[in-house]
Amino acid sequence: MSSLLSRFAENAYWMARYVERAENVARILDVNETFARDSSGTSDWLPVLQLNSDEERFFKRHKRASANEVLHFYVADAANPTSVVSAVRMARENARSIRHIVSTEMWVQLNVFHNRLMRLKRTDYMPGNLSRACDAIKEACQTHAGVVEGTLYRDQALRFAYLGRYLERADQSSRLIDIAYRRVLSRSDDGIGPIDSGEWNSVLRLASGYHAFRRTHPGDTTPQNVAAFLMFDRRFPRSMAACVQGVDFNLKRLHSEFGLRISPPLRAILRELSAHVRRRAASRLFDDADLHGSMDEFQKTLISCDTRLGIDYFGQEAGEG
Amino acid sequence: MTTAKTKTPATKRKGTTRQGAAPFASYAPGGFFCAMSDEQAETDPVVRRIRSRLLRMSARKLRRRAADAEAELYNLGITFTVYSQERQIDRILPFDIVPRVINREDWRRIETGVTQRVAAMNAFLHDIYHGGKILKDGVVPRDLVVGNANYRPEMKGVDVPHGTYVHICGTDIVRDDEGRFLVLEDNGRCPSGVSYVLENRHLMMRSFPDLMEGIPVRKVENYGHRLRQALLEIAPPRRRTPQIALLSPGVYNSAYFEHVFLAREMGVPLVEGGDLFVDEDRVFMKTTAGPERVDVIYRRIDDDFLDPKAFRRDSKLGVPGLFQAYRKGNVTLANAVGTGVADDKAVYAYMPRIIRYYLDQEPILSNVDTHICREKEGLAYTLDNLDKLVVKPVGEAGGYGVVIGPCASKAELAELRRQLRADPENYISQPMIRLSVAPTLIGDRIEPRHIDLRPFAVTGRRTWVLPGGLTRVALPRGSLVVNSSQGGGSKDTWVLE
Repeated sequence: MSSLLSRFAENAYWMARYVERAENVARILDVNETFARDSSGTSDWLPVLQLNSDEERFFKRHKRASANEVLHFYVADAANPTSVVSAVRMARENARSIRHIVSTEMWVQLNVFHNRLMRLKRTDYMPGNLSRACDAIKEACQTHAGVVEGTLYRDQALRFAYLGRYLERADQSSRLIDIAYRRVLSRSDDGIGPIDSGEWNSVLRLASGYHAFRRTHPGDTTPQNVAAFLMFDRRFPRSMAACVQGVDFNLKRLHSEFGLRISPPLRAILRELSAHVRRRAASRLFDDADLHGSMDEFQKTLISCDTRLGIDYFGQEAGEG
Repeated sequence: MTTAKTKTPATKRKGTTRQGAAPFASYAPGGFFCAMSDEQAETDPVVRRIRSRLLRMSARKLRRRAADAEAELYNLGITFTVYSQERQIDRILPFDIVPRVINREDWRRIETGVTQRVAAMNAFLHDIYHGGKILKDGVVPRDLVVGNANYRPEMKGVDVPHGTYVHICGTDIVRDDEGRFLVLEDNGRCPSGVSYVLENRHLMMRSFPDLMEGIPVRKVENYGHRLRQALLEIAPPRRRTPQIALLSPGVYNSAYFEHVFLAREMGVPLVEGGDLFVDEDRVFMKTTAGPERVDVIYRRIDDDFLDPKAFRRDSKLGVPGLFQAYRKGNVTLANAVGTGVADDKAVYAYMPRIIRYYLDQEPILSNVDTHICREKEGLAYTLDNLDKLVVKPVGEAGGYGVVIGPCASKAELAELRRQLRADPENYISQPMIRLSVAPTLIGDRIEPRHIDLRPFAVTGRRTWVLPGGLTRVALPRGSLVVNSSQGGGSKDTWVLE
C-alpha cells in the first residue's frame, strides 16, 4: 500500500502535533513555576495565559489567575482545548482514526497515557507536585516519539507525523524563547540584565538543552548566546533551526520517495522559514528589543505552512479552516 | 520456607489451596444443557483434560487472570464508547475467561449447516431480484418480499459476481435442552463481532497459555486473509491488483474498533464516505498524491446510508453516485445491496422451505419452531398457546416489541391477542427455548450462564466458515439476553480439531 489517504496523512500529522503540544504545555508550566518560585513569593501565572492568548477564555470562567486555577486549566481541564488532557485526547482520537496504520504499541501507549491523565487528581499537579507531573507528561510524550521511531512503518504516514512534530515544536520553541525573554525584560530595569539570575539556565534546562549548551559555550553564558542557541543551532533537536530543517527534510522525502508534489507556494514558505532561522550575530540579537516581534513573525509563517499542507495534501479547499 | 513446606504437604497433594477448593469443582449446570458437563463431555478426552485443568485453578488465580485480561482489553482500547454530557466513558465488552468448547462433530454440523443457509440465501436473493420464481410458485408470499422495507427494487436485474450477495454472514445459533443446534437469526447485512473472536483468542493465549497447552484448538487468525481473498474474488475483472477499501461510518460508530481491526488484518485503507468520490461511474479515494481507483468496498454502512443519490438523501455517511457505479459493475460492494430482505424475521420463518426449494436438501440446522401468524394454522396455534409462546413483530429489530408469554400479565396477553387478530401478518411466534449454559466465572465462583453462538461465513466463489465464532454470554443470573447493551459478555470459542 504505497498510497495514503489524505485524511490519514492529516491524522498522522495531528497525532504527532498534539503529542508535541502536550509536551510543550508541560514544559511551559514547568518553566513558569520555576520563575514564579524565584520571585518574591507571589506566583504569577498570567504570562502563561498571555502566551497562549487564552486570557479571554480563562477569565470568562475564573476571577483571577491563581496557580490553582491556571494549572487545572492547562493540565486537566477537558473543556479547555489547550490543556494537556485535551491535547492527548486529540492525539489519541487522531491515532484512533489511523489505528489500522499505526503500530499496536503506539496505540496502546497513547491510550494508556490518556487513561492515566484522566485519573489525575487536582493535588497531583499543584505547585510542589507540578514538576513531577510535568516530568511524567514529558516522559510519556517522549516515549511516544520513541515508539514511533521504533515501530512505525516508514512510509508517508511517518513523514506526515514528523512534519506535525517539527512544526509544532518549532512553534513551541519560539514561544518558550519568547516567554523567557519577556520575563527577563520585565524583571530588569535596563533591558537585559546580567546572567546571574540563572533564569536562562532554567530555560535551557527546560528545553533539555542545558548540557549541550554548556558543551558548546563553555564559560560564555550570555542571554544572547542562549537565545541564539535555541534559535539557530541545528544540532540541538529543539532549536527552531533544527525544526525547520526537519520540516524541510520530511517534505523532500515525501517528494523523492513517494512522488508527492511540492507546490510553488509551499516552496516559498519553506524559504521563508529558513530565512527566519538563518544565523545572525548573537551579540546583536536583542539590540532592537524586538525578539518578541520576530518570534511572532516566525509563528505566522508556521501557520501558513500548516494551511498550505492542508491544501496540498489533506484535501482542504483554499480558504477553508 | 522449608518449615512451611513441611507443614502443608497434604493439602498441596490434593491440589487445593488455602483459598479453598477450585470454583469449578462445585459447578453444576442447574438443569440446563451444558456441553462441558453432558455425557459426551465425560467421554471426550480433550474436554476431560480441559476440565481437569480448570479443576486445579483456585478462585484467586482465576480472578487474577481475569483482571489481567480486562486490563489488557482496556489498554488496547478494545472498547466501545459511551457518551454523556461532556464525558466519554470507555467500556470494554466483558470477557469471560472460561472458554466455550465445541467438539469436532458439533462443529461439522454447524459448518455445513451455515454453508447451506448461505447458499440458500444467495439463491433466494438472486431469484427475487431476477425472475422471482419462488414467489410465482407461492413458496414465499410475494407481498412479504416486495413489500418488505429491506427489499430494494433498484437491485432488479443487477448481476453480482458469482451470484454472491451475502459475502459475510453471521448466523445466530443456540442450543436447546437436548443440545440441538437451532438457528435463531441470520445476519446478512453487516454482521459484527468477528473482531472479538480473534481478540478473545489472542487474549486467551496470553492470559491462559497453561489451559490451552496441548489442546488441539482450530486457529482463527487467518480470518483477515480469507476475507481479503473473498473480496479479491468478487472484484470487477478489469484490473490486475484490485484495490479494496473498508467503508466505515467513522470513529463514533460502536463497531469502529472492529472496522479498524479488519482493515488492519486485510491491509486495506479504512475509508469514510468523505474519502471517496465517484467520477463517470467509477469510484476513487482521495490520497495525498491525488485520486486512486477503488474496486471493492467492504462496507459497514447500511443500504439506506450508502448513497444519498440512490437512497436516503440526508445521509452524510455515504458516497453520492456509488450505487450507479455499483450497478454498472465498476465497483463491487460487500455485502450486496438489498440483502436485508433475506435475514428478515418473517422471511426467516420460511428459511427451511427456501432451503428445500433451491437446494433440494433438508435443512442441516433447524429453525426454532416458528408459527407464521399470516398462515391460518399458525395464528390459531399462537392464539391457543399465547401464555407459552414468545411472540415477535416481524418488522422490528433488536428485540423491540417482543412479548414473552410466560412472563406477560393477563392484560398484556389480552392486548396481544387483540393485535394478533387485527394484524396477524405482522407476527410470528416461537416456543420459549431453554438456552444451554456454559461455566462462567462470576466473582469467586463458576456458575452456569446462558450462551449463544455467532459463527461467521465468508463467501466469494465458495463459502468458508471461520472455525469458532462469537460466543456471547448473558452474565446476570437467569438472564437470556446476551446483547452487550444488556449485560452480555463474550467467551473464547474453541473448536477442537
